[in-house]
Amino acid sequence: MFEIVEKKFLAPNIVSMDILAPRVANSAKPGQFVIVVADEKGERVPLTICDYDTERGTVKIVIQTIGATTKKIAQLEKGDYLRDFVGPLGRPSDYVNEDLEEVKKRKYLFVAGGVGTAPVYPQAKWFKENGIDVDVIIGAKTKELIILEDKMREVAGNLYVCTDDGSYGFGGMVTAMIEELVENQGKKYDVIVAIGPMIMMKFVCLLTKKYGIKTIVSLNPIMVDGTGMCGACRVNVGGETKFACVDGPEFDGHLVDWDLALQRLAQYKKEEEELAKRGEEKV
Amino acid sequence: MDMFKRVPIAVQDPKERVKNFDEVCLGYTAEEAMAEAKRCLQCKHKPCVGNCPVRIDIPRFIKAIADGEFEQAAHILAEYTALPAVCGRVCPQETQCEEKCVRGIKGEAVSIGKLERFAADWARENNIKVGKTKEKNGFKVAVIGSGPAGITCAGDLAKEGYDVTIFEALHEPGGVLVYGIPEFRLPKESVVKPEIENLKRLGVKIETDVVVGRTVTIDSLLNDEGFHAVFIGSGAGLPKFMGIPGENLNGVFSANEFLTRNNLMKAYREDYDTPIKVGKKVAVIGGGNVAMDAARTALRLGSDVTIVYRRTEKELPARVEEVHHAKEEGVKFEMLTNPVEIIGDENGWVKSIKCIRMELGEPDESGRRRPVPIEGSEFEMEVDTVIMALGTSPNPLIASTTEGLEVDKRGCIIVDENGQTTREGVFAGGDVVTGSATVILAMGAARTAAAGIDKYIKEKYGEKTEA
Ligand SMILES: Cc1cc2nc3c(=O)[nH]c(=O)nc-3n(C[C@H](O)[C@H](O)[C@H](O)COP(=O)(O)OP(=O)(O)OC[C@H]3O[C@@H](n4cnc5c(N)ncnc54)[C@H](O)[C@@H]3O)c2cc1C
Ligand SMILES: Cc1cc2nc3c(=O)[nH]c(=O)nc-3n(C[C@H](O)[C@H](O)[C@H](O)COP(=O)(O)OP(=O)(O)OC[C@H]3O[C@@H](n4cnc5c(N)ncnc54)[C@H](O)[C@@H]3O)c2cc1C
Ligand code: FES
Repeated sequence: MFEIVEKKFLAPNIVSMDILAPRVANSAKPGQFVIVVADEKGERVPLTICDYDTERGTVKIVIQTIGATTKKIAQLEKGDYLRDFVGPLGRPSDYVNEDLEEVKKRKYLFVAGGVGTAPVYPQAKWFKENGIDVDVIIGAKTKELIILEDKMREVAGNLYVCTDDGSYGFGGMVTAMIEELVENQGKKYDVIVAIGPMIMMKFVCLLTKKYGIKTIVSLNPIMVDGTGMCGACRVNVGGETKFACVDGPEFDGHLVDWDLALQRLAQYKKEEEELAKRGEEKV
Repeated sequence: MDMFKRVPIAVQDPKERVKNFDEVCLGYTAEEAMAEAKRCLQCKHKPCVGNCPVRIDIPRFIKAIADGEFEQAAHILAEYTALPAVCGRVCPQETQCEEKCVRGIKGEAVSIGKLERFAADWARENNIKVGKTKEKNGFKVAVIGSGPAGITCAGDLAKEGYDVTIFEALHEPGGVLVYGIPEFRLPKESVVKPEIENLKRLGVKIETDVVVGRTVTIDSLLNDEGFHAVFIGSGAGLPKFMGIPGENLNGVFSANEFLTRNNLMKAYREDYDTPIKVGKKVAVIGGGNVAMDAARTALRLGSDVTIVYRRTEKELPARVEEVHHAKEEGVKFEMLTNPVEIIGDENGWVKSIKCIRMELGEPDESGRRRPVPIEGSEFEMEVDTVIMALGTSPNPLIASTTEGLEVDKRGCIIVDENGQTTREGVFAGGDVVTGSATVILAMGAARTAAAGIDKYIKEKYGEKTEA
């Protein structure tokens, strides 16, 4: 059992929780995720590690409520417990294990979409702690869905905020923001890291391919165990089948078969909707 | 009574059991068990024992059952095996003990497995505690994985007085016994759980949700957490795919995914959250126990199921009883057939599977005749779900995060005759050493390793420690 020691809403449908899990906190690195089981009958859902505090032994997760399980988790309160919290899973981001001097030579741009802002935060923070300035774009549909703006400002070199409906910051999607930076403002980037909805990552990759800028994405396919045991998380990268939970979740976005990834994401749609309905009937 | 024939055993009616997940075989009553036990000829040369991977003194425990000394039978079994209730249910007896049974020459072999199960179930139901526990010696051993290997090693060492902690990656202990083998063959609450409870009673600590290689490492267990030795029983969990076109279409699953959703996550029950997908027409590729389990699970979820296997019925590696039960339940078989492509519809869902007919050629290294494709014999089978049950190999996670731990070319951890790996103080056994094998072999290897650990620690640190 893992205690929820902190809970707050970042947006109407996005909740942040600190979970007491010292073993996970001790080993966590940027880019990794956990698997959470809410209760006895719950399913295993993957969530990115959004921050970790080795002193307090806590790990931060940020959850967007989209279906039955994420809603169930979001309803838990401070002092409640998650049945299971396992991790850190997946490989850390590449730069964590690279020669710092090499990393310092590159200019990074992070592109965060919606709830994807949360997993970008520990990455930007890692760069800050290592004395490297990175640019960050945060994008969301509308102003009230922009999260973690202040925290991100503390760790980013330049922070650009954009909303699809123009209600806040730059008016347009993250791809338009990238175009603006690269084409109009003459910014040069060596690596772009894009984390957000699958469809956003796909379009970012289409654009950055045109620019020839290496782009890393964090894939979020359907998972069960998260340890390489089931293959539910299969993705095709560069013509090869990979298990996102152990080979990823970060991959070279230009090599990802996006249409396949998007198609596989919808695999349990019918069952998920039924479960959501059942959940609502219960309430 | 016809001594050439086995005492029949009660099973659930096939028509009924395809609608539920309850155990198929109901086991012997005491009278039936005694009658069956009396069929044992008590041969002096005991050929059955020689064919048992852990050399259980079979005639001796059967004699005890024949005499109505059931508790005695359970004690005899406990000398050799830590998991008789499990092995009695899932061992491939027909290629082990029962294959060599002298009764089997002219008639049917004695039902050794069913008798083993009877004795173990009887002992559990009557709360008989087998095995003694020695005084605590203060040494700490970490056991990775809670499948048959981990359970056995932990149990043996706890009885020897060790302070044992099991680290399990999943959220429930039991390994394949919990996530792989279905309820209808191996009941979880009544058979598997008591084994886990028994470990806890022996003082074994179980930490679930710990992935060794990620949450902790073998080095951190040895250096920071003060364990004196480590046993790796992490199994062979990595599923194989065929590498044919269309394998990533929606509706193609590994048997591991399908069975894990159903067994570990209990997707077959309305009140559990995990979804499971199974279509109207399912093809299961493979011929082992895993394939039978996946096929019979799909059947129970309401599908029409065909097993596609590239050799003939004679080569099916599954237990004979499972093949028999699968047929009774209405699973179809396409033998000498191999998939070459999975074909999808316009939305990326499986629509059919293209197969080729095979014939048996020259024997391969396993001694079985190699299946070779018959040119031009391709045909299409309409299915909407394909389940791949092609075998598994060890997950590379532990080996890749433990310096100096050597594996062979299949990724299996290399051990010596005491179960010690190429890292001092680190032992291994079960599927992680052999590749996917059997419960009894995992159990046997774990016993060897437990003895190896005991010897290693006592030689290095003495009989006791203050810690
Ligand atoms: C590596 C990784 C990291 C993730 N990080 C975050 C995060 O930090 N914050 C966050 O809010 N979400 C994250 N997700 C997505 C999150 O896991 C899903 O939103 C969640 O599982 C949906 O469950 P549900 O029951 O609420 O919705 P459902 O109604 O069950 O599903 C809605 C959609 O979510 C996806 N989904 C469903 N089940 C799973 C599953 N078991 N694994 C993955 N995706 C699934 C499917 O696309 C599905 O159509 C991550 C996913 C992965 C793989
Ligand atoms: C569907 C199916 C049906 C089968 N039917 C039969 C049968 O009828 N008869 C028979 O004899 N055998 C059968 N087998 C094979 C048998 O189950 C295995 O040989 C046996 O379980 C091996 O035991 P083990 O303890 O080595 O590994 P496992 O049972 O695989 O247990 C390994 C455990 O280690 C855990 N683990 C793995 N990696 C880590 C890590 N990094 N950190 C922490 N924990 C980890 C796993 O989660 C798992 O719980 C079947 C197997 C399957 C899959
Ligand atoms: S989630 Fe099961 S293998 Fe990746």
